[in-house]
Order: sequence, then structure tokens, then C-alpha cells
Amino acid sequence: MEIRPILSTLRRHKTAAALIVLEIALTCAIICNSLFMISDRITQVFETSGIAEKELLRLQIVSIGNDAEQDARTRADLAALRAIPGVKAATVLNQVPFGWSSWNSGIRLKQEDERPMLNATTYLADEQFVDTLGVNIVAGRNFTADEYREATDLLNRIGNDDSVPVALITRALAERMFPGEDPIGKEFYAWSESPTRVIGVMEHLVRPNTLGGPSAREYTIVFPLRTHYNLGGNYLVRTDPERRQEVMEQAKQVLRAGGNDRILMEENSLTMEEMRSKFHSGSRSMAWLLGVVCVALMLITALGIIGLASFWVQQRTKQIGVRRALGATRGQILRYFQTENFILASIGIAIGMLLAFAINQVLMGKYDTARLPLYYLPTGALMLWGLGQLAVYAPARRAASIPPATATRSA
Amino acid sequence: MFSYYFNLALRSFRRDKALTALMVLAIALGIGACMTTLTVFRILSGDPIPTKSDRLFYVQMDAGGKQGFVPGEEPADQLTRFDSEALLREKRGLRQTMTTGGFVKISPEREGQVPFTTDARYATADFFAMFEVPMLYGSGWSHADDENRARTVVLSKEVNERLFGGANSVGQRVVLDRTEFTVAGVMDYWRPTPRFYDMTTDRFSESEGVFVPFSTSRDLNLDRQGNIDCWGDTGGDSTGPNAPCAWIQYWVELESASQAGAYRDYLANYSEQQRAAGRFERPTNVRLRNVMELLEHFRVVPNDVVMQLWLGFGFLLVCLVNTIGLLLAKFLRRGSEIGVRRALGASRRAIFAQCLVEAGTVGLFGGVLGLGLALLGLWGVRQQPASYASLAHLDGWMLLLTFVLALVASVLAGVLPAWRAMQVTPAMQLKSQ
Repeated sequence: MEIRPILSTLRRHKTAAALIVLEIALTCAIICNSLFMISDRITQVFETSGIAEKELLRLQIVSIGNDAEQDARTRADLAALRAIPGVKAATVLNQVPFGWSSWNSGIRLKQEDERPMLNATTYLADEQFVDTLGVNIVAGRNFTADEYREATDLLNRIGNDDSVPVALITRALAERMFPGEDPIGKEFYAWSESPTRVIGVMEHLVRPNTLGGPSAREYTIVFPLRTHYNLGGNYLVRTDPERRQEVMEQAKQVLRAGGNDRILMEENSLTMEEMRSKFHSGSRSMAWLLGVVCVALMLITALGIIGLASFWVQQRTKQIGVRRALGATRGQILRYFQTENFILASIGIAIGMLLAFAINQVLMGKYDTARLPLYYLPTGALMLWGLGQLAVYAPARRAASIPPATATRSA
Repeated sequence: MFSYYFNLALRSFRRDKALTALMVLAIALGIGACMTTLTVFRILSGDPIPTKSDRLFYVQMDAGGKQGFVPGEEPADQLTRFDSEALLREKRGLRQTMTTGGFVKISPEREGQVPFTTDARYATADFFAMFEVPMLYGSGWSHADDENRARTVVLSKEVNERLFGGANSVGQRVVLDRTEFTVAGVMDYWRPTPRFYDMTTDRFSESEGVFVPFSTSRDLNLDRQGNIDCWGDTGGDSTGPNAPCAWIQYWVELESASQAGAYRDYLANYSEQQRAAGRFERPTNVRLRNVMELLEHFRVVPNDVVMQLWLGFGFLLVCLVNTIGLLLAKFLRRGSEIGVRRALGASRRAIFAQCLVEAGTVGLFGGVLGLGLALLGLWGVRQQPASYASLAHLDGWMLLLTFVLALVASVLAGVLPAWRAMQVTPAMQLKSQ
């Protein structure tokens, strides 16, 4: 295939050629960045939470006014919840994964450290925390019965002891705090001036929200402190996935039966699956939106290419007829237009890649986006080459079907 | 002349339906995407209280402990209760209020109604006048009520509907968290967007259902909501009068924006005194931001919305480049027609004008279709779970802007093709016939 005649033709149609190049470049740049953002959102939506999502129900209840009996009533609630047929375990906790509201604490490795090294979220756990959530302990051990304390005692400084001697942490947090070391037995400082010792490592456990960004998603600590229902108002109940609806109804009844001086928060009493879905709805709709825009952009670009290519074919009808009369095959005419499009697309893609990086730089500076990984560039390039070839095929076919006799006609 | 060109444009559309439809569709998609994202952006970045946003100031000062101090860092987002109460006592502004978010349980006394929960706001008397809260019945409470920890409450229109069927309930009894309150006033519908007075909770949600004096809320230990940041030993009570915790939003209204400097000096002075007294351990670091500065500082418009706006404009740009290309093809394909017109005496300027009218006409159709797409897009936004979703409506200005944008964009897109079209030499075109 001779490229020189194509180039010299393009030189005579600079404006139209430049427009196609520009359109491809813009589309390439936008699509590369959009694809990157889409994959980022998809990663978020499919993140590992570390809990038995399909088996969990969350019930939220609050007291009207202060409840002097909140600790005793919490124990009664839990006993009643655990007695529901089909319930495997039930726990009370200060915060819930995907529940947004969270408790956080600065973590120091040494007591004398001026600044905390990071900010971690703190779950307060009772005896059934690990069994209910389905958290997987990969190193060390769970709390033993004598390690649990009442959270109220500690928070209200009863006995003037604010120490939390032991804790579970996630693997992500262990790797950040003690890189390359065995975290079991290591100490850190969080709530008090006395150290907390790591006794177990959980495979995964996410924060209730996205505080601190993706890298801090699993900066999670669990303290063996029994809370009561007025600290966040969260009961989690674990059951079989297919029994969730039935258990939810019964659990609601059980809690309502506990007295009419409390309000069951219906809109917050959901399955963990529903909570997760709500939590990620923003990311999900952004991913869809970006996807729709990408498709629309490709469509517009394809139609633009078809439009201009058809115009060129029409303009060069006579020229094509002459070439056919001089012995050019249909295939050669077809390939002529395909090659022409390939050249234009290549120039557009080259410019588009530079532009994609420029856009990414701006986004990185302003909106804490990550750096665009290099493999998005060939992906975007392949898409646009493919798109160009697809779009030019119909006009090129029409060109190839121009009969040689056209050359002999006058107009 | 214009109507003649317009007529020619319509004729030309009829001749080349596919190409015209393609151009109209491209402009419409671009305009639709752009207007959808722009409308959302405009709603979220608007001035929530335009009459006095330059005179309302949000106070921040660094009350944190020595531990963790980084020179040059922003002071905490909120104030401590101690400092808020001190500033409030000194009353250096025209009006001032300390406020924080809360959560209460209402037990209706009417037959057949069940207890329900609602978001609450704890504030001091000036809140209502400062933020121009519209009142349906009654008014806010008085400074004396603040001092006496009065069991007084202002209801939102919605809560008043629910409890009293919308009747004038001033003086009526309401039971909040088992305590009897008297209704001082009922607000008319009020939803400043963004909800600027508290940056720590959902910034685009509805305003709260009940408003209670701050002092009363502490007296009864009502539930608190929103961020709280503690640094020293709280002694088990993080909302106590001396607790080292920042959880209060403090606002001051000045008589004019120009008094901000003097007030800032006053704050710096206060901060110095606290340091001298040993309460503040960090160097004086105060901030005084007016409403729009505050919204900017807290980046109130979500990143995704800004990103969508850029995406919308990027999309429009591609659509325009596309339209330029197609218009060029369209005009040049009619080279012979233009040649004939030129030969019959039409000036270059006339050809140029005719081409621009044709481009503008494409834009007009694109605008109409784009408007439809924008309405569809906004409907889509309203189906989202975001708290601002229900606000996504096109207003008169945005409607106008849709057409202006469509026309300007398409005429701009037409300039280059029209320029090329008017360069057509009549002789060449006529000869080739």
C-alpha cells in the first residue's frame, strides 16, 4: 500500500483532516480518564468488607430521653435476640460497617510521640462480636472472657481506669504500623496513656465510612468493651441468608416488646446487603454515568468520521473512477480509505494520550485522583483505532463499489 | 434577508436529512450533558443567603493541645463550648450564635400517633434573625430563654404539620425526650442550600425539624449529632462546659464586611489571653470566614459533581468539533450551488451570513432537543440517593442559558465552515459543471 498518495491527498484537505484528528484526540483523552475513574469506582463497589454480609441484619433503636437501665436492657435485648429461632449470633456495637457514623482515634506507637502516626476507627466489641460479624482472625487469637469490660465504666471514668490492655487490629493496619514484623504482642497508644497490646489480626474489617481515603479503608481496631444500645444504637444479628426477612420481623417485634419508651429506627434497620448497596450507590451511579458518556462520545465520534468520510468519497468519486479504470482493484480502494483513517486515528491517538496525561495531572492536583496507569493508554488507543476502522468501513465500501465507467462520465 | 436565509437553511435540511439529524443530535447531546451538570453544579455552589453572606462570619481558633501541633496548619473546624460561651457573653458582633447538631425523640400527645425521631439544632437566640429564618407563626426565643434554659422550641413547618396538622401551635405543649416544651414559633419552609451553618453534617439535607436553646439541650443532655474532636482528658464528659473538645459552630454577624479586620483582631486578642491564662497551648491562629469563603474552604461542592461538570463541557467540545466537521462537509458539498449564487451577484459576506444562519438553525433545533435531554438528565439526577437530588430542577435562567449556549456554540462551530464556503470561487465551480 502506497502511503504517499494518501498523505498528499490529506495535505489538500487539511481542515477536515485536522478536525477528525482533533475529535479523536479529545475523545481518546476523555475516554482514558473516564475508564480509569470507572475502574476506580468498580473497585470501591466490589471491595472486601471482611464481614458475613449476606447473613447480617442491623437494627437500630434509641431511647426517648435518658435511660438509666440501658446496660441491663441491652443484655436483655441481646438475650431475646439470640433466642429467636434461626439466629446464630447477635451483638451490640458502637458503629456498623457501611453505617457512615464512626468513632475514630489517633494512634501513636510510642507514648512520647508528638503526633499520631495515623487515624484508625474503633469498634467496641462484646463476646459475640467476632462470631456475629464473621470476622476472620488470621493470626493470634480472639479476646478471652476476662478481657471484656463495660464501655460505660471506661467512658465515665468509673474506677479511674481508662486503659484498654488488648485489641484486635486488621492486617492492613498491622502492615502499616509494624511493616515486616509480627504484630502480635506489639503495643500502641490510642485512648489512654497506658499501652494497648495487639493480640490478634483480622483478615479484613472496613471502617463505617470513607474517612482518610482508600488507603485508610481498613485502619480498624477492635476493643473488648461491651457497649449499650444508646451508644450508636446498633444491634447486629446473624442468621442464614434465606431466613433474613423472617428473622428481621421477629427481631423488630422483640425490640418493640422491650418497652414503648424507645423508638425502633425502621429506615435504619436493614440487611447488611442493603446497607452496602446504599453505601456504594454514589460510586455506582458515577460509574454508570461515566460509562454512558464514554459510549455516547464514541458514537458521536464514529458518526463524525462516517460523515466526513462519506463527503470525501463523494468528492473523489471521479478520481476513484479513474483509478479503477486504470486497474485498481476494489480491495485497493477499500484499503486506501482504511489506511487513510488509520493514519488520522494514529495522529489523533498520539495527541490524545498527551492530553489524557495533562487532564490526569490537573485532576491529581485538584481532586486527589491517582496517577493514570500506563496501560489505559493502549486500551484507549485500541478502542479508537477499532472505532475508526468500523466507522470508515461503510463509506469505504461505497467508494470501492464505484464503477470504473464513472471516469468516462463528465460529472 | 434573515428570513430568506432561514428558509434556505430549512430547505437544505430537507435535502440532507441524515446529515442534519446527525448535527442536531450531536449539539443536543452536548447541550443536554452540559446543562444537566451545570444545573447541579449551580445549585450546589450557590449563595445560600445572598442578602448578607458577606457579613456573616464563621469563627475558628486553635484551642488544641501542644501534642500534635504542626505550625501553619488550619485551626480546628469548630470551637469548644468554653470559647463559644465566652465569645457569646462578650457580644462583640451585631448578632452572634453558637450552634450544634442534635437528635430528639418526639412523643405526640394526639390520639393514635406514635413517637418519632427528628434531627434537631441547638442554638442561641440570635440564630433566627441572623440567618433570616422565615417564620410562619410566632418567633424564635429570647436571650432570657437562653439564660433560663427555657423549655422552649421552634418547630419546622413539616414537624408542625405532623404534630398539629399545620395549625398555629404557638404556646402549645410538645414533649421532647420526655420533657415538656412550649412552642415559641413555627418556621415556614426553610432550606438554605448548601446548609451553610453546619459544615460537619450533611451539607445539602433539609434543615432540622426542631430548634432548641443550646443551654436547654445541655441541661437535659439531649443527643448530639455531628463531628466532635477531643484532645485532652475529657473526664468522661465530652460536651461539658470545660471539655477540651471542639464541636460548636460559632457565627457572628457584623454591621458591614469592613469590620471583619477589627473582629479578627479581637479574636486574636482573645486567643492571646487564653494562651496567657494557660488554656491555649498553641500560637494564636484564628480564622474568620464569610459564608462563601467558608463554603470554598470546606469544598462544599462534591468532587464528583465538579468532575461531572468538566465531563459535560468536554463532551460538548467533542460534539462541537464534530459539528464543525459535518458543517464543513455540508457546505463544501454545495460548492456548485454557492458558485451559482456568487456568479449571480451574492457577495462573500452574504454567503458567510447565509452559512451562519444555517449553523444557528442547527443550534436552535439542537437546543430544543438538548433541553429535552437536560430535563431527562435532571430527572435521572433526582432518582439518585444523594441528599441534593430533589433540588435538581431547571430554572428560568438555566432554560434561557440552554438556548444561548446552543446558539452561540453552533454559530461558533459554523464560523470556520462558513469562512471556507465563502472562499468558493464561482468560476471553478461553474466550469466543472
